[in-house]
Amino acid sequence: MLKFDNVSMRYPGAGDVLRNVSFHLERGEMAFLTGHSGAGKSTLLKLIAVIERCSRGQVLLDGENLNQAKDRRIPFIRRKVGLIFQDYKLLQDRTVFDNVALPLVIAGYGTHEVARRVRAALDKVGLKGKERKYPAVLSGGEQQRVGIARAVVNKPPLIVADEPTGNLDPELSAEIMYLFEQFQQVGVTVLIASHDISLITQMNHRILKLDHGQLVAG
Amino acid sequence: MMKRVNKKRNKEGRWQTKRSGGNFVDKLHAYRNLHAHALFSSLGRLVASRFSSAMTIVVLAIAISLASGFYILVANFQQLSGNLEASNQISLFLKDEVSEVRASKFADSIRKNPDIQEVKLITKEQALAEFQAYSGFADAVKALKKNPLPAVIQVLPKNSFENEQALEVLLDDFKRMAEVDFAQMDMQWVKRLQSIIGLARRGVTLLSLLLGAGVLFITANTIRLELYNRRDEVVIAKLVGATNGFICRPFLYSGFWIGFFSGVMAWFIVTTIMLFLKQSIENLSRLYDDSFHVLFLGFTETVSLLLISSVLGVLGSWIVLHFQLRQLKPE
Repeated sequence: MLKFDNVSMRYPGAGDVLRNVSFHLERGEMAFLTGHSGAGKSTLLKLIAVIERCSRGQVLLDGENLNQAKDRRIPFIRRKVGLIFQDYKLLQDRTVFDNVALPLVIAGYGTHEVARRVRAALDKVGLKGKERKYPAVLSGGEQQRVGIARAVVNKPPLIVADEPTGNLDPELSAEIMYLFEQFQQVGVTVLIASHDISLITQMNHRILKLDHGQLVAG
Repeated sequence: MMKRVNKKRNKEGRWQTKRSGGNFVDKLHAYRNLHAHALFSSLGRLVASRFSSAMTIVVLAIAISLASGFYILVANFQQLSGNLEASNQISLFLKDEVSEVRASKFADSIRKNPDIQEVKLITKEQALAEFQAYSGFADAVKALKKNPLPAVIQVLPKNSFENEQALEVLLDDFKRMAEVDFAQMDMQWVKRLQSIIGLARRGVTLLSLLLGAGVLFITANTIRLELYNRRDEVVIAKLVGATNGFICRPFLYSGFWIGFFSGVMAWFIVTTIMLFLKQSIENLSRLYDDSFHVLFLGFTETVSLLLISSVLGVLGSWIVLHFQLRQLKPE
């Protein structure tokens, strides 16, 4: 599903942020990405979302070389990746429903289909009945669930989360991780960047560890 | 068992990566809804920030009304000169001592000139009779002991005399003749007026281009600010797979609304000004046999005005989106 092949990333003036990173996530696999701050976790995730392109090597998503993708192709690649962020990145002036519906509206789904899928996704993350609320009135855990619902509503084959539990307490964090496991169980590939070592070691999944830009485990 | 699960996943994977879902009619409705939503949400945002929108629209409306106001003024002047036909007729005012017989012979000699189409002699008496009939100074003329008017020969050169220089030469020749006191081209002022109007029209075109460019860049700057204010939304939309077209649509509609409303307001400004001027222009016109009526912006002109201002609005926002959207990158 997701394959990194000798990927290096160099920012001008900052040296190599990633060095010869290679790994392969199978379809339906769940893995954690960990490492100290500045180890290159965020950069690696940016390469998957084609926010950046690697300097050397290649990133393959579903067999497609992301390095060679044309700019106009990028939106369609991103539709295959459900992105989840530490700061949730919700639109504060839109309701929960509108936030979750955004990827479907963008993809051109009809109104009925949008409503049906949004309700299903909110049901899945346990936010049924909160469609009309605004993000500001929800707790951190609930806002992250909205973010997750938005990421999965389009049924992408890959979910990528960047420190999804970074702002949550341990109990909520565990719940969120359990939610990710549920998606993995229905065949979605999941990659979660986190430095909450105690939490991720409990979970018994593959762990990719970055150290100064090099993959040292996984 | 494992194989079966994989197959299901693959199938699901393909289905998931389709660009859009639902049946064709549903998608068509969705596309129409997207446009309708962009159209009305951009209008809503304009209303929500009514103070700054109003300021922008007033500035644009003033610029547009300047251009269209000058246009309609020139069109009115053109109407004024349109009634007059510029001919090359030359009037030769004969010297006082030239007798009627000599004047008649002189007229005959001019008639022989192959470049001349028509010659008409107006004797002193005819001139006086005409003056008494049309000038309204009949009583004053009666008080005069002597006819002060000169005999006049009206000369119409052939149409081949389109060349201004050849006409000038002909005019100079007449001026040098012994019988002629003074020679002038009667309708030269019409030609001058026409060339002044031609110049004014060119001026209006240049002014319109300049003000149009102003409108373009003011709209562009307004949209740039809106894009900046909504950058979070744009970035999030990009991250969840929005195409540039999707992101641009509401901004293009904003540009459309700004241009359209500016056009409407400009129309009201120009029409108000023309209504304001109408009374005094018509008073003036009454003194000149009511030959002149105030022209307002007509249907075609109004439609063009709204069309041009809307297009400028859309174009202005397109320019900004083209150059600035690339810089809005997710982090």
